[in-house]
Amino acid sequence: MQQLLHPDAEPVFEAERPEVLVLACGAIAREVLAVIAMNGWEHVTVRCLPAKLHTTPRKIPAAVDHKLTELAGRYERTFVAYADCGTAGALEPVLERHGVERLPGAHCYGFLAGNDAWEAIQEQDPATFYLTDFLARHFEALVWRGLGLDRHPELLPDFFGNYRRLVYLAQTDDQGLLARAQEAAQRLGLAFEHRRTGYGELIPALRRFVGHREGGDSPLRGQSATHA
Amino acid sequence: MFHATGQFHDVAQTMPAMSDDDLDLNDLTDDELVSQMHDDLYDGLAEEIVEGTNILLERGWPAEKVLSDALVEGMRIVGIDFRDGILFVPEVLLAANAMKGGMAVLRPLLAETGAERVGTVVIGTVKGDIHDIGKNLVAMMLEGAGFEVIDLGINNPVESYLAALEEHSPDILGMSALLTTTMPYMKVVIDTMVEQGIRDDYIVLVGGAPLNEEFGKAVGADAYCRDAAVAAETAQALVLARRAAASAS
Repeated sequence: MQQLLHPDAEPVFEAERPEVLVLACGAIAREVLAVIAMNGWEHVTVRCLPAKLHTTPRKIPAAVDHKLTELAGRYERTFVAYADCGTAGALEPVLERHGVERLPGAHCYGFLAGNDAWEAIQEQDPATFYLTDFLARHFEALVWRGLGLDRHPELLPDFFGNYRRLVYLAQTDDQGLLARAQEAAQRLGLAFEHRRTGYGELIPALRRFVGHREGGDSPLRGQSATHA
Repeated sequence: MFHATGQFHDVAQTMPAMSDDDLDLNDLTDDELVSQMHDDLYDGLAEEIVEGTNILLERGWPAEKVLSDALVEGMRIVGIDFRDGILFVPEVLLAANAMKGGMAVLRPLLAETGAERVGTVVIGTVKGDIHDIGKNLVAMMLEGAGFEVIDLGINNPVESYLAALEEHSPDILGMSALLTTTMPYMKVVIDTMVEQGIRDDYIVLVGGAPLNEEFGKAVGADAYCRDAAVAAETAQALVLARRAAASAS
């Protein structure tokens, strides 16, 4: 698990009987592994792409394409644990070409909170900045230093001046992460809200995939709200 | 400093013994000063940009020339290095904030001289989206290119855009979005303009990180602009083309 701590890491968790593959965003590796452990699946291998791609979504389609090509034929079936994730539909043709499916919705906030629930939060106030467990854990590296606020704190109003609140979508009851999320809100000058989401739609999505058999339903396609 | 173009700066070459702290902008020739201001913009040095702007004005430079040669050209270099992955958003913001200092000096002078505007632009971020870093850069570059800019800010419903079009009769409507979940709203605005029979009265430009050329065409915009410099160039070109077509008919 230690290798999950770095946003650059590409950890591999090979199953005892590696039959199916989940190619996951490193930012949700812990959550994917938790759902697999929860269900006792011993035939599901998890391979991750670097979590830092979360902040550069344009690079996601090529990275997924490269990894799927590299692993082609190695597993009976493959699932991509990404949503649209800011790729504006560019991930779709890659997945179609490889014949694999992905998580429903626009991004991790959506499928972790539940896409309908997330839309309600966002509609209530679009001036909302989100943290998940991963982002709370890596706030310093990915957000604070990632935006250069360690070197140029004067840019805080440029980046966060239009936000009003920080909503921490918590997957677990980790008090340390809760404290980090609260501190993050304070540093950004935002009101704080804590919502315990658990793993949201990650659980049914992975269950449908792992339980899927040839000729079965493919319920995950076409649920992205990305294109006009 | 070393630019992506691989060129060491002229001033640095001619004054190797001087540190930046020692450099007196008043000692530089016009060309050296403009070049130094490009460097200072690149480094986000707001005080130096204001000082350089004032020196050029004191030397008799028209405000328009200071704006175009020193500030806009400097930001164009910043934009190129941002596009090429050499600079990142924080550095661009620092440069933009430095340029704002120079613009604040020049704006009243430009208004005084009554310089003819290239055109008018209404610009805003779409409904549901509160991101405005890119939009603000575009607005600044458009102003630098000689446009009057009416900035509607963030989270604009179609009604705000339509009201602004009616009030200001601009040449251009610009829409921005950062989120994949909000960018489809651009089509809502354009479709409403079509329904009301006013779509062809305006040039519509769209931009934002997740957009691309294909999306711009799909929603019915006249052009997708990948960055602020391209937005300013595209705006100028399309306004001129439209005027040429109008005078020819």
